[in-house]
Parts: sequence; C-alpha cells; structure tokens
Amino acid sequence: MSALQNTPAITPEIVAEHGLTPDEYQTVLDIMGREPNMTELGIFSVMWSEHCSYKSSRKWLKTLPTEGPQVIQGPGENAGVVDIGDGRAAVFKIESHNHPSFIEPYQGAATGVGGIMRDVFTMGARPVANLNALRFGSPDHPRTRHLVDGVVAGIGGYGNCMGIPTVAGEVNFHPAYNGNILVNAMTVGIADADKIFYSAAAGVGNPVVYVGSKTGRDGIHGATMASAEFSEDSEEKRPTVQVGDPFTEKLLLEACLELMATDCIIAIQDMGAAGLTCSSVEMADKGGVGIELNLDTVPAREGVMTSYELMLSESQERMLMVLKPEGEETARRIFEKWELDFAVVGRITDSGALVVKEKGETVVDIPVAPLVEASPEYDRPYDEIEAPATIRSENVPASEDIAAALDTLMSAPDICSRRWIWEQYDHMVMADTVQRPGGDAAVVRIHGTAKGLAVTTDCTPRYCKAHPETGGRQAVVEAWRNLTAVGATPLALTNNLNFGNPERRPIMGQFVGCVKGIGAAARALEFPVISGNVSLYNETNGEAILPTPVIGGVGLIEDIDATVGIGIPGPNHSIVLIGETDGWLGNSLYLRELFQGEEGAPPPIDLEAERRNGNLVRSEIQSGAIAACHDLSDGGLLVGLAEMALAGNCGLSIDYSSDLADHAWYFGEDQARYLCVTESPDALLAAAAKANVSAVVLGVTGGDTLNLPDGITISIGSLRGSHEGWLPNYMAGA
Amino acid sequence: MKAAVIVFPGSNCDRDAKVALESATGNPVDMVWHGDHDLPKVDLIVVPGGFSYGDYLRGGAMAAHSPIMREVKSAAEGGTPVLGICNGFQVLTECGMLPGVLMRNASLKFICRPVTLRIEDSQSIFTAGYEEGQVVEIPVAHNEGNYFADDDTLNRLEGEGRVAIRYATADGETGPDGNPNGSARNIAGIFNDTKTVLGLMPHPERAADAKHGGTDGKAMFDGLVEALS
Repeated sequence: MSALQNTPAITPEIVAEHGLTPDEYQTVLDIMGREPNMTELGIFSVMWSEHCSYKSSRKWLKTLPTEGPQVIQGPGENAGVVDIGDGRAAVFKIESHNHPSFIEPYQGAATGVGGIMRDVFTMGARPVANLNALRFGSPDHPRTRHLVDGVVAGIGGYGNCMGIPTVAGEVNFHPAYNGNILVNAMTVGIADADKIFYSAAAGVGNPVVYVGSKTGRDGIHGATMASAEFSEDSEEKRPTVQVGDPFTEKLLLEACLELMATDCIIAIQDMGAAGLTCSSVEMADKGGVGIELNLDTVPAREGVMTSYELMLSESQERMLMVLKPEGEETARRIFEKWELDFAVVGRITDSGALVVKEKGETVVDIPVAPLVEASPEYDRPYDEIEAPATIRSENVPASEDIAAALDTLMSAPDICSRRWIWEQYDHMVMADTVQRPGGDAAVVRIHGTAKGLAVTTDCTPRYCKAHPETGGRQAVVEAWRNLTAVGATPLALTNNLNFGNPERRPIMGQFVGCVKGIGAAARALEFPVISGNVSLYNETNGEAILPTPVIGGVGLIEDIDATVGIGIPGPNHSIVLIGETDGWLGNSLYLRELFQGEEGAPPPIDLEAERRNGNLVRSEIQSGAIAACHDLSDGGLLVGLAEMALAGNCGLSIDYSSDLADHAWYFGEDQARYLCVTESPDALLAAAAKANVSAVVLGVTGGDTLNLPDGITISIGSLRGSHEGWLPNYMAGA
Repeated sequence: MKAAVIVFPGSNCDRDAKVALESATGNPVDMVWHGDHDLPKVDLIVVPGGFSYGDYLRGGAMAAHSPIMREVKSAAEGGTPVLGICNGFQVLTECGMLPGVLMRNASLKFICRPVTLRIEDSQSIFTAGYEEGQVVEIPVAHNEGNYFADDDTLNRLEGEGRVAIRYATADGETGPDGNPNGSARNIAGIFNDTKTVLGLMPHPERAADAKHGGTDGKAMFDGLVEALS
C-alpha cells in the first residue's frame, strides 16, 4: 500500500483548491480512516462537486413528480425513458455545457452536444432529434457576437457530422448573461422498449471494458469548474475544456448499437463529467459491487499520464461497459471493425471498493458506498421571493402606432427569426423531419411508421426573475402548449435548471421557487419529469444570470397526417382565438422592447385553464378540424398573428374588436391561449362552448397584408424584412 | 432495378438513400461497407451524403482512397451508373471520376435549406424524370458545396452538355441571387462524359416523400427505375 501514501501531504490549501470545504474533507478522512493521496482526493473532489453530486439541489429535486403510466425510467439513469407504443420507447435528456462554452464557444458547445447524445445512445436508443436552449448576453456586449457565432457553429459541427437532425431550440439575449452564457443541449432517441440498457454493474469477475477514444489530458477538473463562479481569470481555464471528435462519436454510436443488438452487455455508462471516475463509481454503486481498474491498460494519448490525470480526464467519446465474459470476443470484433479502442481495464469485485492499480501498485482504494452515499447534501437557506406588484395595463404607456410597435417587436432580438441559426444545423438528415424549425414544436416521424414525436425547449427567464414560482410554472405550460399546438399528446419533460450561486439566499430562493412551480405544473398536467440537469454558479464577479429553468418537452403524435404547423395554409379560413385575454402587460416584451421596462408580476398561470384549453385544441387538431395552430407567448396576440402570416405567406383581416385598450389586447401576454385557423369556425366554437373554453372568431385569412380594425394595414413583405433581418444583420456586424 | 449504397465510416445519409431507393424500386438495396473489395452486381451505385472519415482533411478526400472506391471506379468505367450525393459528389471529384472540386461555402457557414434548381439537361438516366428548364425545389445541407473548376473545364462541361443542374431563383434565373454557396456558374450537379455518373450537392432523397414537405427529388429515383429496369 506504499503508493497510497506516496504523494505530497494534503494541506488545507490543496483541499480548498479541490473545492472541498473543511467539513467535507473531515468526512473524507472519516470514510478513509487515513489521509487520502492526491488521486483519491481528486476523486472525492469531482464526485462531491455540485455538478456530480447535486448537493445543493437534491433536496428540492426530490419534490418533483417523476411517475406516470408512460414512464419506463425516471431520473437517475443516463436519460429518462417513456413508452411510445408499438414496443418502442423515447429516451431523452437535456444537459448544460455553460461554463466551457463561455470559455471556448465552439468546442464547449460541440462537446455539450456530443455528451448528451452519448447519454441517450448509452441507453440503447438511436438519437433522432437534437434540440438546444441558448442564452447570450446583450447584443451590445463586445463578446456576444463571437459567442453566438462559435456556439452555433459548434452545435452544428457536432450534430451535422453525427447525422442527427437539430430540429428545435430557443435563444434569448439579456445583459444578465454577459458573463455567463447558457448552452443547454437535448437529445431524443428511440429504442425498443424491451432493450433499454442500464448502468448497474453485476457479476463478480466480469470484465470492465473501455471503448472509444483514447484518454488525454483534456477536461481535467471540468466538473469542478462547472461548480464554481467565474472571475477575471476564467480565461486561464481554457485547458479544462474538452475537444470534440464527432467522427469518433459516430463510430461509437454505430458500434454500441451493433453490440446492443447482441446479448453481451450487462451494464454501460458513458464517460462524461469526471470521466473514468464517475462512470466506474456509478456503475459499481448502482450494482452494489466493487470494481478494480488497472490503469496500465487504459488507452492513453500520452505515455506519461499520472493516475490522477487518467482518473479525472474528461476526454470525450469514451464508454465503460461491463460485459458477460462470453461476450468479450464478440464485442471486441465489433469495436475493431469500427476501428475504435477496446480494452479490458478491470474486473467487477465483491470488495465494495473502487481499487485502482498502476504498475502493480494500488494507487486508489476507496469504499464505493460511502463515496456516493455520504456525499454532502445541503439544505441551503433561501429567501422566499414574493411576486412583485401587478402592473395594470392602464399604467403601461399605449403605443400610438400599433404597426410600428409590431415592427419593433418582430425585429426584437428575442422574437426575430432564428433562421440564421437553424440553417447552420442539418435539420433534415434521417429524412424524417416532418415539421422543421420555426414553429411551436418540431415533429420527427418515428422511422418506418405513421407516428411522430413532437419536441420543444422553453423557458421565459424574465418571468422567473420576477416571480420564480410563476416562472417555473410558465416554462412547463409553454412547453406543454407547444406540443399541444402541433397536435401531440405531451408525454414527459426533462429540465435544465440554470441558476447563480446557491450559497446566496436570493439565488437559492429563485431555485426553490422555480422548482416548486415546475412541480405544480408538471403534476397538474400529468407531464412528469424523467431526467434533467442542474447548473449552478452561473455567476461572474457576483452577477448572476436570470433564473433559467429550461423545460424540454416530448409529445407523441399518433398520426402525422393530422399534425399542423403555424403557417396559415391559404385564404378563406377563419381565425379563432382560444382562451381568455385580460391584457397582461407586466414583464411583457412590449413593456421591455418599447419602454425599457422589466417590471411587474408575470402573467398568472391557471393550470386548470391550461389543461382545459389545451385538451380542446389537441382533440380538435387530431380530428382534423384545425388547419394551423400557434400558442401565444412572447409578444402576445399580434405577434402570434404576424408569425402565422409570415410562416404561411398569407395575410389576414381582423374584424373583432376587443373592449381592451389596443396595446393590452394586441400585446398582452396572457397564458393558456392559442390561435387556430379553421374552415369550420362554428363547429370549433361549439366544441369550445361544450368544453367551457373561451373562443372567439377574430377574422379571416387572405391577401398579403395584416388588416386590423380602424384601417390599420401592415404589409407582410415589410414585416418579413424586419423579422428576418435582425439576426443576420447583427451577425454581419451591421 | 438493383441498387447498392456505399457506406463509409461517417456516412450518415446512407439510410436515407436506401429508403428512397427501396421505395422507388421495390427491391432491397445492398449496403456495401467501405472496406469490402467486392461490389455486388447492381444496376446503380449510390455514394451517399455524410461526413466520410469525419471530413477532417477535406470533404471526401479520405473516402476517395478507400478500397471500395477502386471497385466503384472500375464499375463506372464498365458503364455501371454512379450517383454521388453531397459528400458522395465530393468523393467522386476527389477520386477523379468527375472534374473540379467542392470548396467551403462562400458564406463559410454550413447551409441547410431547400433551394430552387433548374434542370439543365434531361437527356440522362438521372434526369429523365424532369423537363429541361424545369425549376424544382430540393434541400441542400453542406459546408463544402462551392463548386470550382478552371474556365477551360467549365467551358468544356457546358459545351458537352454536362452541367446537369444549376442553382436558380424560383423564376429559373441562374444569377447570384439563386446561388446559395458561391458555386462557379451556379453549378449544383455535373455528369461525366458519358452521362452515366452524376454528382450533385442537393439531396433528392430528402424530397422523396410527401412528409418531406416536397417530392421534387422523387422524379430522379423514378426516372432511374424507368431507365434501368
């Protein structure tokens, strides 16, 4: 055991550099019964990092609803799994790569996409859709353009090469992200429901196999970096960012799926954050076994890597598997065919310990159960955040020119067309994309069937900042509405909880409020949380991001012929507004973009109304009674109408006059609303009345202008120029 | 009609090509691994889109040297039709089966969107399903689709009627407005001198069924079936 002591003495400074508090280090000493060596300390450091241990968030995550008849696997595995019928399952998860993307946008974003795809195909699923949720700083900030350019290129660079379509996403700009951008990537895959692969190791003596890329020095301490605030010297952290190799991952995907079609695998886990350490410890812990690794057999890029480096490297495109002994040769042949490294690096043991050997000597010996179970869990103090005062619409300035106000909103950074972004993503490869980016939710056909999956990502951070609990609810209901608006039955969600430093009471208050809101909405809509990721410490020099709990939603479409988009299909259809409008302008984009106001309570979320209105809209779409549908969110009614006109290249005339003031009627952001285009408005109104849902006919489609009462006429061509122009002009430096 | 699709490590439109071919022919398609030396006896060989070998060197540059491409080349010399789509077009230029080269898009960005194209020549097995001058809409998705060749080569291609397809506006104009990637003379696809090899950047297999949002690519596969059955 000499190697166990053969390292520099562990000083309080070294402990602090590893992100462990003195109390946490005392727990390490209690578990070990001796002083750990550097490698062991590094292992505790990454396993107990916020990123890997969820120590600040776990208490609250446990309150989320995670069950339902459709749920095959909830949180706790590489990804969540839901039943989609016909013996198939959808496998999905969202994950952040915020810190690395700020430091090195192309590689940070690319490896974020690579990591989440591995999480999904590790479970036995072929990825069929990628999504993302991005937040950048103010367009005026000198770094923003460079970050947008790099992140978009990185997401495209990885996903395009893999041949998985990137079909949906969302983007916001706000000064609160100047020092901390958010890059959240989501992957949805499809597997046979009876061929899902899990990570619990089993069978003493069974081989532990390493496949994929060689291990290099990249990404050491990535998980620790993702668990600390940024400061002025963050540039120096560039070496902790990993470098992606999508070609190798494509080979790894095909090799893994080929092996999964045989009966060789007992357990499989991708090497993501904290690399070999986290994957081996999680597999051993879930299986209640020990694991012994021999570092001399780990494929390494360089000859002189230390045990510390090998155990903590976050090199990409690697997997760890436990195989049935008789499957070893089959597996080796498959990986050799795909020209990937394949190495037996250890065995399952009954010791209950993680034992690592190097050149015949034991360099790590840590009991697995306490390493996982004694990881700290904090009940961090927090401030309850009350909703700010409601701003009545009469206290918000009216726009004198509705057409000009619409033009301003349609070209605002948070509403304008994202075409410049999604044309850099291959969103059609696999030839099953039925609804492309730009609508409420994208739809991909389930290959070889007439069914489809609808997918979306959503969050409105300004609402979350104003009142976290309402904002948390709103993120869930907007995702649910977006799935509903294409005719899908929402199945389940994954969440990416992006917040500042949880050790500060107001930030922890934001976190707790948002989680409560997500839980309430997910319960009411029977839309359970099946996977997710928490990203804390998104702060620079004490300035936190807006609370950003991104919701990724997945829904099932039984008949893709019945799905609808947002584009008006042609003239002579009626436009019906579903849901009630009170003219809520507090914290609206109207208030922010026209009057620089970011204040007031966000629109209230009536979960019962959401459910009632959404269920009506969905059933009418499924029965073929609706030809186009759009949920109303940012910018309100008039922005929704304009988006439908642009998408269908068809104008419309509104003859309904509301009792509300114009600006409140047109731009209020009341929730639980949809615009429906139909050829049979009377039938839709009758169905709405029967379901106790508010519905009114606003007008008819046709022409090439938006005609509003009082003689206001807006040309679609000029709106298109404003809507399409902002982002490419901005990126061109214009 | 029997078709084969070549699969390189990193090919990712191989399945899409297979689906479109099987739908058009009603016959199963042979998927041929890059390391194989034997090409099955088929009526059509498709070199599909994707990122063969990651395209880390240059689009198609590595794949052009894989064992199976020697067989493809020799089959083409024997008259077997070869269709190269996107990365497949890049491979065919890299291995000398078609002249010119595909450079980075003029925008230096990946471009994925439907483009309008003008069919320049319908006197081939690949384009027999179209009318000359017909404007069709088919998606592109590429980083390196900017076709380049010297003026003599371009003149020769035009003179010999070997420009198969050009990028165009919806009105069929082939000026800069209709050019998504900077290609010389708006060239989107070219034939070899016997019109038995076609390389093109657009993806006809992504416009082959109603759920794709357009079916203008289907005529290419249907035309091939008619010509080769």
